[in-house]
Amino acid sequence: MKDLQLIKGNVALAEAAIQAGCRYYFGYPITPQNDIPEYLSEHLPKAGGIFIQAESEIASINMVMGASASGARAMTSSSGPGISLMQEGMSYMAGSEIPCLVVNIMRCGPGLGGISPTQGDYFQATRGGGHGDYYNIVLAPASVQEMFNLTIKAFELADKYRNPAMILADAILGQMKEPASLEPTEPIQFFDKPWAITGAKDHKPQYLKTLYLNDGEQEAHNLQLKEKYDHIRENEPLYEEQATSDAEIVIVAFGTASRIVKTAIKLAREEGIRAGLVRPITLFPFPSKAVYEASKRVRKVLVVEMNTGQMLTDVQISAHREADIHFYGRPGGGVPTPEEVLAEIKRSIHATAGIQAP
Amino acid sequence: MPQQVFKRPRALSDKPTHFCPGCTHGTAHRLVAEAIDYFGVQERTIGVACVGCAVFMYDYFNVDVIEAPHGRAPAVATGVKRAQPEKIVFTYQGDGDLAAIGTSEIIHTANRGENITVIFVNNTVYGMTGGQMAPTTLLGQQTTTSPYGRDFRTDGYPIRMAEMLATLEGVAYSTRVSLHNPKAVLNAKKAIRKAFEMQVNEMGFSLVEVLSACHTNWRVSPLAGQKKVEEEMIPYFPLGVFKERTGKDFL
Repeated sequence: MKDLQLIKGNVALAEAAIQAGCRYYFGYPITPQNDIPEYLSEHLPKAGGIFIQAESEIASINMVMGASASGARAMTSSSGPGISLMQEGMSYMAGSEIPCLVVNIMRCGPGLGGISPTQGDYFQATRGGGHGDYYNIVLAPASVQEMFNLTIKAFELADKYRNPAMILADAILGQMKEPASLEPTEPIQFFDKPWAITGAKDHKPQYLKTLYLNDGEQEAHNLQLKEKYDHIRENEPLYEEQATSDAEIVIVAFGTASRIVKTAIKLAREEGIRAGLVRPITLFPFPSKAVYEASKRVRKVLVVEMNTGQMLTDVQISAHREADIHFYGRPGGGVPTPEEVLAEIKRSIHATAGIQAP
Repeated sequence: MPQQVFKRPRALSDKPTHFCPGCTHGTAHRLVAEAIDYFGVQERTIGVACVGCAVFMYDYFNVDVIEAPHGRAPAVATGVKRAQPEKIVFTYQGDGDLAAIGTSEIIHTANRGENITVIFVNNTVYGMTGGQMAPTTLLGQQTTTSPYGRDFRTDGYPIRMAEMLATLEGVAYSTRVSLHNPKAVLNAKKAIRKAFEMQVNEMGFSLVEVLSACHTNWRVSPLAGQKKVEEEMIPYFPLGVFKERTGKDFL
């Protein structure tokens, strides 16, 4: 039995980064993720690393780009408004195939919004976010333990595919304390990086760039990126299923919302309603096959999110065409109670068809 | 036996440049390459390209190069240098890049005293995008977005970056040179070598502002362009050393 510690989600994530070999952190303070830079400012130097509080999120992500391009594991963390500023750099990194970890502990927007938990940045995270034709690899933890485990996983996937990876969590996951083991469950994977710019000593001069002006060159580059994304879609989806084998209704939810749904499912089963859960752990790649299989079997689907229906679109794309999809969303910092979700489960079972307005 | 007294620097590739005929970017590139050769650091030098005319530096320098987003080269260079402190890292930026969109990055990188070298080519216009107004455009100067001439009441004043950055504690060396005649080029060569020397000796942040003509967007001949540099730019952007640290900074 591994030792458990009562620890904050943000801190577990920061500690995971150090254990994953991240030695460079560049960031700018924003609530509700400040525990991450605070922890790393103390512990990275002790691990032989560098912590810099940058002058902006824009500078942060570009410093990450420089350190990652050097072959190091590097990261930044922020929340909604700051992530918006980082999108330019993330687009460049996706384009020049430089890996990194970006952590988004979501706060509610649009705009400055508020600091309460939300899942409103799903589109921004999973649709590239910045300009051009690219995707981030996006992982959505639902516990403090997963804040630790998936951070390590995110570094590995980023390096494996030379692509930005993102942890998409919210204020609840960042701020709450839970017992968690801060020991990796498997040996941490590292990858050779012959593409890194380290000075043209052992190789011809090499370049990390995104500009392709010759005829067809940019298209060829983007098609090569697409091949990579297709490969990721095929090989890397992660999800969790609970109580779906006998379910009459399947609920799809990620992150914090999935925890609330788990309690709602328990309440439902106590009342004789056979509800089950499919929880996407990777949001890109979206576990489309799992959603398809479940919706094909069960037909009744309820999507629960803390936004106005963003992952809903991925469920609609993935689900069996005869699936009866309903939606319950609480945006702008509204957190649903298990009882409210239970009421929605009942309503969805009795409703004939169609998407329910939030 | 004939003796070779002049040759292409090792750090410079033999690719013909894409720059407009007569453009001094080629000269500036050569001076940077000569400095890299002089210190024998080609194999441990990393260039950071910005956007605009200079982005193709990876075609011209025989060193590893990373391309940064518009204005962000100093931040990218910070990441490279922090991860590889033993490498020689330089950015090569134009005035739209460094003095407009990238002002925040250049000021804070300089203020942190990052041990990097910045080559800042100031030709008072946005070159590659077709000659729009830059923060360094002279008062009265016509550009495609200041067709009536730059007016301080609407557009503010041309920014003197080398002087401004010299006020920051983190800066080891800040100077302005020009390329308008052979004597100026020789001075520029010394300044660029000095800037790299600062980095080699771990003295901190060094910047060389290089006044350059953009005769294509200025709509003048190359020779007339050099004359304008001398007669119109230098009076507003005086040449000289604005800061030179003599000892390491142990504040």
